[in-house]
Amino acid sequence: MNFENKIRAVIVDDEDLARQVVRELLGTHPEVEIVAECANGFEAVKAVAELKPDLLFLDIQMPKLDGFEVLELIGTEMAIIFATAYDQHALRAFEVHAVDYLLKPFGRDRFEAALARAKQQLGGKLPAPSELKSAARLPGEYAERIVVRDGTKVHIVPIGKLDFAEAQDDYVALSSDGKKHLKQQTISALETALDPKRFLRIHRSYIVNLERVARIEPYGKDTHLAILNDGTRLPVSRAGYGRLREFLDKNG
Amino acid sequence: MHPILGKPKRLALYLLAWVPLTKLLAYLLAAQGGLSSLEITVLIVPLAVLYAFICLSIWYSCRAVPLETISFVGVISPDVLGGKGSPQAAIREATGLLRVVLPNILAALIVSFLWLLAAKGLAAELSTFSKFQGLNQRFEKDLPLVFGVGVLLYLLSVAMHYTILAQEASREAEQRVLQAHVQARDAELRALKAQVNPHFLFNSLHSISALTSSDPARAREMCIALADFLRRTLGLGEKSVISLEEELSLIHSFLAVEKIRFGARLDMREDIEPETLDCMVPPLLLQPLVENAVAHGIANLTEGGWIHLNANYRAADASVAISVENSFDPEAPARRRNGVGLVNVRQRLYTRYGDRASFSVSKNGESFQVGLTLPAERKPVTA
Repeated sequence: MNFENKIRAVIVDDEDLARQVVRELLGTHPEVEIVAECANGFEAVKAVAELKPDLLFLDIQMPKLDGFEVLELIGTEMAIIFATAYDQHALRAFEVHAVDYLLKPFGRDRFEAALARAKQQLGGKLPAPSELKSAARLPGEYAERIVVRDGTKVHIVPIGKLDFAEAQDDYVALSSDGKKHLKQQTISALETALDPKRFLRIHRSYIVNLERVARIEPYGKDTHLAILNDGTRLPVSRAGYGRLREFLDKNG
Repeated sequence: MHPILGKPKRLALYLLAWVPLTKLLAYLLAAQGGLSSLEITVLIVPLAVLYAFICLSIWYSCRAVPLETISFVGVISPDVLGGKGSPQAAIREATGLLRVVLPNILAALIVSFLWLLAAKGLAAELSTFSKFQGLNQRFEKDLPLVFGVGVLLYLLSVAMHYTILAQEASREAEQRVLQAHVQARDAELRALKAQVNPHFLFNSLHSISALTSSDPARAREMCIALADFLRRTLGLGEKSVISLEEELSLIHSFLAVEKIRFGARLDMREDIEPETLDCMVPPLLLQPLVENAVAHGIANLTEGGWIHLNANYRAADASVAISVENSFDPEAPARRRNGVGLVNVRQRLYTRYGDRASFSVSKNGESFQVGLTLPAERKPVTA
C-alpha cells in the first residue's frame, strides 16, 4: 500500500498510557498512520481542523472539552472509535445509536473488530453529534454550556450568558454578551438541549433566554415583539406567543 | 421551634390544663372571702391566660441553661462506690445544681412580682366600674396568695419544660443512633462498590495493560499498588472508625495508583500535625475527598495540578481540622459524579458527630477547598 492511501488517524486521550495502548495495537497496521496525538479536547479540535484525519480514537472523559463536545465541534466527516472506561451515560448513547465503542481495558481482538468496522464506515455517516449528546443526557438534565468552533479556536458559552439564538440556514447564531457565535446545528436540536424553564422558542427562527426578556409588545395583527434588556427586538410568532403565555401562566 | 407554641394541638392541650389550675386559684380566693364570684372570675381569667403564655416563654430560658450542665453522677456515685465522694466533687456538684436552680427561683420571684403588679393594675382598672367599686382595696389582702401561687406555677412550668427538653433530647439521640447505624451500613456497601470508583478501577486496569508491554516492572508495581488499595478498602467493612494514620495510608495506596496513571501531572503535598495521627475518623472519610481532588484538580487540568492535604490539632476545643485543597479549572466540563462524594462525606460527618463537626466547601479563583473539623477522639490505649 502506498503512502497516499494510508488511513490517517488521530488519537485523543488525556492519559499517556491509554494513548500508548492504541499506538501499540496500531503497530501491526501499516495502513494506518498516526498523524497526531492529543491530550485534551482543545488539541483534538485543532488537530482535526488542521489535519482532516480519516479516523479518530476519541476518549469521552477529558479535560477542557469532553468527547461529545469534541464531536459536536468537528462533525462526523471521519470514522470515530470511542473509548471509555466506565460512563453509563456515554454507553447508553452508544447503544441507542448503535455506535461502536471500546471499553477500557480492551485487548487486541476487540480493537481489531472496532478498527475493521471503522474502516467500512470510512465515508459513512455517524448519527448527528447533537443526537448522540442528547442521548447521553438524562431526562430533565440540560446543557450547562455550548461549545462553538471558530476555525481552530474553541469558544465556550455558558448557558447563563446566552441571550438568544437565531436560525441561519444550517447554522444557529448564538448571541452572548453582544457577540455572535455561529454553530453548525439546527435550532430544533439546540432547543432540545436547553432547559425549557430558561429558554423558549418564540419563533420558528428564534430561541430566547427568558431572563433577558424585558417586555412583550404587540406588533401587527397576529404577531408580537419581544424586547430584551439590551433593547434587541425579536419577533414572536403566534405559536410562540401562545407558548410564552403558557409559560407565564405556569411559572407566574 | 417552641414545642408547644409551634403546634396548635399541643397549645390547646396546654391551655386546657390551665383550666383546673385557674379553678383552684379561684377556689383559694373564694376561701379567703371578701370577693364575689363574679369579681373573682373577671380578675382571674385574664390573669390566668396572661400567665399561661408567660410560662411558655420559660422554654427559652430552660434551653439556655440545659440540665446536662449538671451531672447527677456525682450525687449517686459515692453510695455506689460504697465510700464517700471527695468533698470538692460534692461542692462542684452542689454549685452545678445551684447554677440551674438559683436563676429559676430568682426568675420565678421576678415574674410572679410582675404578675402581681398586673393583677393589681387590673383590679384598680376594674374598680372604676360602679359594679366592682372598692375591688382594689378588697383584693389587697389576697395579693400574697396570688404571689405565692405565681411562684409555684412558674416552678411547675420550669419542671414541665425540662421534661419536654429531656424527652426531645432523648428522641433526637435515638434518631441519631438509628441514622448512624444506617449510614454505617451504607458506608460498608459503598466501600465495597461505589467508593472504589469503577472509573478509577477500569482506567487503572487499562493503564496496567498499557504498561505490560512497554514497562513490565511498572505494570507489576501498579498491579500491587491497586491490589493494596483494594485490600485495604475491603478490610474496612466492619470498622466504624480508624485512626487518621490508617486513613492516610489508605490515601497513599490510592495515590500510588493515580501517580502511575497521571505521572508528573499529580503533585501531592501533605502537612499533617503528628498530634492528629492517632485521632479516630470514620473510614473512607477523606479518601473520597482526595479522589474528588484528583478527578477535578488533576484529571481536568492538562498541565497537571496540586493537592494539598492538611491536618491540625486544635487544643482550644480538642478538635481536628482537616482540609483538602486542590487546583481546578473553572471552565472544565461538569462531571456527573461531581458533588456526590462531598454530600456523602458531609452526611456521614453530621450523623456521627452532630453539631460537634463542621463541613465547608469554598472556591477561590483556581483553588477548591473542602474543610472539616471533628472532635479529636484518641485511639483507645491497648495496655
